[in-house]
Amino acid sequence: MRPADPSPPAKKQTRVLLSLVGLRKTFDGFNAVDSVNLQVMENEFLTIVGPSGSGKTTLLRMLAGMDQPSDGDIVLRGNSIVHLSPNQRPTCMVFQSLALFPHMTVGQNIEFPLKMRKVSASARNERAYKLMQMVRLPETYYGKNVMKCSGGERQRVALARAFAYDPEILLFDEPLSAIDYRLRKTLEKELRDLHRQSGKTFVYITHSLEEAMVMSDRIGVMQAGKLVQLGTPEQIYARPVNRFVAEFMGETNVLPVRSDSRGGWIVHGLAGSFKVEGNGDALEGFAIVRPESVRALASAGDADNCLRGAITNEYALGSRVQYHIAVGKRTMLMELPRGALAGGSASNEILIGWNAADAVFVTQ
Amino acid sequence: MPAGRRCALPVLILLALGFAAPLIAVLAFSFAQPRTFEAFATFSLANYAEIFDPANTVWTSFAWSLGFAAATVAILTVVAYPIGIGLVRVFGRWSPLISILFVFPLFISENVRLYGWVLFFLKNGVLDGALRLVGGHGPDLLFSPGMTLFGMVYTYLPFMLFPTVLGLSLQPADLVIAARDLGASRFQAWRDIELPLAMPGLLIGMLLTFVLATGAVAESKIVGGQSVIVITHDIETAFTYAQNWPLGSALSVLLTVVIGGVTLVALSKLDLDRILGRK
Repeated sequence: MRPADPSPPAKKQTRVLLSLVGLRKTFDGFNAVDSVNLQVMENEFLTIVGPSGSGKTTLLRMLAGMDQPSDGDIVLRGNSIVHLSPNQRPTCMVFQSLALFPHMTVGQNIEFPLKMRKVSASARNERAYKLMQMVRLPETYYGKNVMKCSGGERQRVALARAFAYDPEILLFDEPLSAIDYRLRKTLEKELRDLHRQSGKTFVYITHSLEEAMVMSDRIGVMQAGKLVQLGTPEQIYARPVNRFVAEFMGETNVLPVRSDSRGGWIVHGLAGSFKVEGNGDALEGFAIVRPESVRALASAGDADNCLRGAITNEYALGSRVQYHIAVGKRTMLMELPRGALAGGSASNEILIGWNAADAVFVTQ
Repeated sequence: MPAGRRCALPVLILLALGFAAPLIAVLAFSFAQPRTFEAFATFSLANYAEIFDPANTVWTSFAWSLGFAAATVAILTVVAYPIGIGLVRVFGRWSPLISILFVFPLFISENVRLYGWVLFFLKNGVLDGALRLVGGHGPDLLFSPGMTLFGMVYTYLPFMLFPTVLGLSLQPADLVIAARDLGASRFQAWRDIELPLAMPGLLIGMLLTFVLATGAVAESKIVGGQSVIVITHDIETAFTYAQNWPLGSALSVLLTVVIGGVTLVALSKLDLDRILGRK
């Protein structure tokens, strides 16, 4: 692991760099990307997350100019770029496959965009070494066959090559998905630092919300071609707009609830009345209760909502432990720091609960 | 004996008997006294002396063979590359059918197919006959060096096409898109990425067709009508009508040396590992 970057975070710009206006892409009558409106701010690290088939890759390819939108516009600083080919756009994509040129050395790969611009050999060379230093590739790698590099080294080559193009916006198509966990964590942090140092705008797509949380200034969540939520990592985590976003974040308790019209709420499959912070007039919906919001209680009055159940399973998640607790017809998930639950009773009976303010109410 | 060597033994014996032995026999005969049938008994350079005698015109047969082969390779490269691009990237679900159509002629004997072309181009044949019906007449193309070349291009097209297609299909499609994204124009992306990556497949095809075309004899005999004599024809004549095995052997050895030389040079520039995506 590298030491923390000493330079202060770049001042966040609020100017709009790129606007996607009603962007739509139709394949055989199917809307892969459906009327996406999105503004990318200058210097921001924006991550689009979504499961496979949610249209995030298609969205990115339209930004890069590799796919033509069926409808809508892409506007860069007030000028439409939708009709420009990839080589005319100030965007550059780091592919999932990295798309390194196998017949070239590390140096030749990095210099490729400069060579295309007919930059002199000596200037190319100088720039390549600077970029290699930036992405932490040893100088000796300049002449190395790119296919003999390790996975992490190839990532760095691809990154340096994209930077050599000197784009205003770097696009990332899940470049870390094939990397093992430890290295991925390192590269995530490096990428965030690189974003900060370079002052470029990054648009990153991934299916891992965890990855998005680590790196991004803002996160957009895509579902079936639509951008369903856009916000800071905190907003996405704390205030998911629907079940899909909440569940995409990770395992969570989704409780179907309806108002008993006397101020209390009925949870499907559980006995009793519950406290839920509803949303306006909605009488029906789902209460999202994160496993880490569920606590083990000493007595029934310690939380707004309280349930008695039995632990059926427990899973060690590193520093935390996840418990599956059977309550009525439901199984509740609870996550506690390791060791927090002192030696349980022989019957596995447990009293759990959560506060109404820790749950999020969504209507769909 | 280690298991590897023990298992390889049958193949080694087969190669020794089926591949090395005939070559050694030919080599030995090439140093035998002219017009004798005893190899290993005598040693003579007379056969080579005869070939290299300035008065001997057998070099023209060599020149025709190598010239035809080179021209065949050149034409096939230009023809097969675009077809290969089409099969791999453009034709989509028509590709398998078109590929099969290219393979199909291989199920029919080469000589039969060449006689088919003779019937097609013959006076009062398919083409000429059809044109006569409408008051014209067909071009007089048969039995010429040009027709020999046509026959060779026709015969060896699949041998050029399939290595080319293999090379192209092993190439990730991302790379050209990435090159364009990195600022390359269409031409630059083709020159710097597509073509170099297609080269191994093309080179294998070129090598294969060159070797096959240098040894070709049926084309010059059937559609070329022996308008020019190629070296394989000379070798055949030496072994059959002339009953001069040592001379035929010496010609064979020289042809083998030429083809072997070209092959080695080409292979030294070729990276099979990369073609197969192993590196």
